Amino acid sequence: MKKVMLVDDSRTVRLIGRQIVEGAGVAVAEAENGEDALEVFHREGDVDGVLLDWNMPVMDGLSCLKALRRVADASRLRIVMCTTENDFEHISQALEAGADEYVMKPFTEEIIREKLLSLATA
Amino acid sequence: MNQEEYDFLSRLVMRTSGLHLGPNKQYLLESRLIPLAQSFDLEGIPELVARLRRSDALLETAVTEAMTTNETSFFRDITPFDELRDTILPTLIADRGTSKSLRIWCSASSTGQEPFSIAILLHEHFPEIVQNWRVEILATDIAEKMVSRCRSGEYSQLEVQRGLPIRLMVKHFEQCDGGWRVKDDLRKLVSFRRQNLLESFRHLGRFDVVFCRNVLIYFDAETKGRILGQICGCLHQDGFLVLGAAETVIGLSESFDRFRDCKSAVYRPKADSACTVSR
Repeated sequence: MKKVMLVDDSRTVRLIGRQIVEGAGVAVAEAENGEDALEVFHREGDVDGVLLDWNMPVMDGLSCLKALRRVADASRLRIVMCTTENDFEHISQALEAGADEYVMKPFTEEIIREKLLSLATA
Repeated sequence: MNQEEYDFLSRLVMRTSGLHLGPNKQYLLESRLIPLAQSFDLEGIPELVARLRRSDALLETAVTEAMTTNETSFFRDITPFDELRDTILPTLIADRGTSKSLRIWCSASSTGQEPFSIAILLHEHFPEIVQNWRVEILATDIAEKMVSRCRSGEYSQLEVQRGLPIRLMVKHFEQCDGGWRVKDDLRKLVSFRRQNLLESFRHLGRFDVVFCRNVLIYFDAETKGRILGQICGCLHQDGFLVLGAAETVIGLSESFDRFRDCKSAVYRPKADSACTVSR
């Protein structure tokens, strides 16, 4: 993985995510809502992983997920939802819309490394 | 903790669980046993030791359970599961076409992620075997409270995210208070019971595959050899033993050959092995 885009309206979550992702030697781009994420994705051009919050202002994570999937399939872009919405219905909705994985907040570094970066952990 | 208390506790743990602490593990004993002492309304280690010296079976069991390690996750160290799917099970299925029976033992199952990972793998990749064969996964652990947890099939949100792909989670688990519970069709493949590996396990019957991962590392060489001898005795001659990545039989048992078709630590009983099964 070359570059991960962290999409979350919480600066704290983005900061924690950045530390984990950069700690694994992967570059980071940030966006604070879904609309912003689409712009950053096209501008950066080399984003191949996304950690995507669900509840955000302007455009939510599910709408962003659907928009990203229209331009980049799973072979090009790994999308991991990362949200406090932790019930069966939300997870199923995200998987149907094309999410590769799903992280239920609160997360640990190990879970992000495994589900987003596909790195085995000890 | 003074040296005498340390020696007493490490001897007790060795006798009851085979766990070999070695010297200078005071911090480990203290970190596990001070909270335990408090839960028994004891002041600290000296009072705990005094009570154990007067012989208290309940407290002795609690100390043993507190000292055992329960680190695990779903599909931990993925390679043995890939090899179970691609090599071990196809070999066994080809050989068991007449008996249509498959028995797998997870000998230190802790909180149950390993046996349930195997159950998921069987459901996903060998549905016709699950449907038509007699399939049993036996999960045992030294600690009764671990066995009870396994039986409940319930996992916290964090536990269910470690090692388990989300698609398998939504397929095989249902939401419950405090987390996620393994669905019944998976749970009925797995049975649970308490088993101390230091004691005889002849009564468990014979198995096609024994998982004994990341447990031998805690024993001294003599105990490892004895356990491997017993495992050999409860494996079918053409069965498989799966050890942890850092474990081996070399220098401990002459009863097994490395199974070279697998990269992970997989062994089979030697054709002429005279395995010991203690009673």
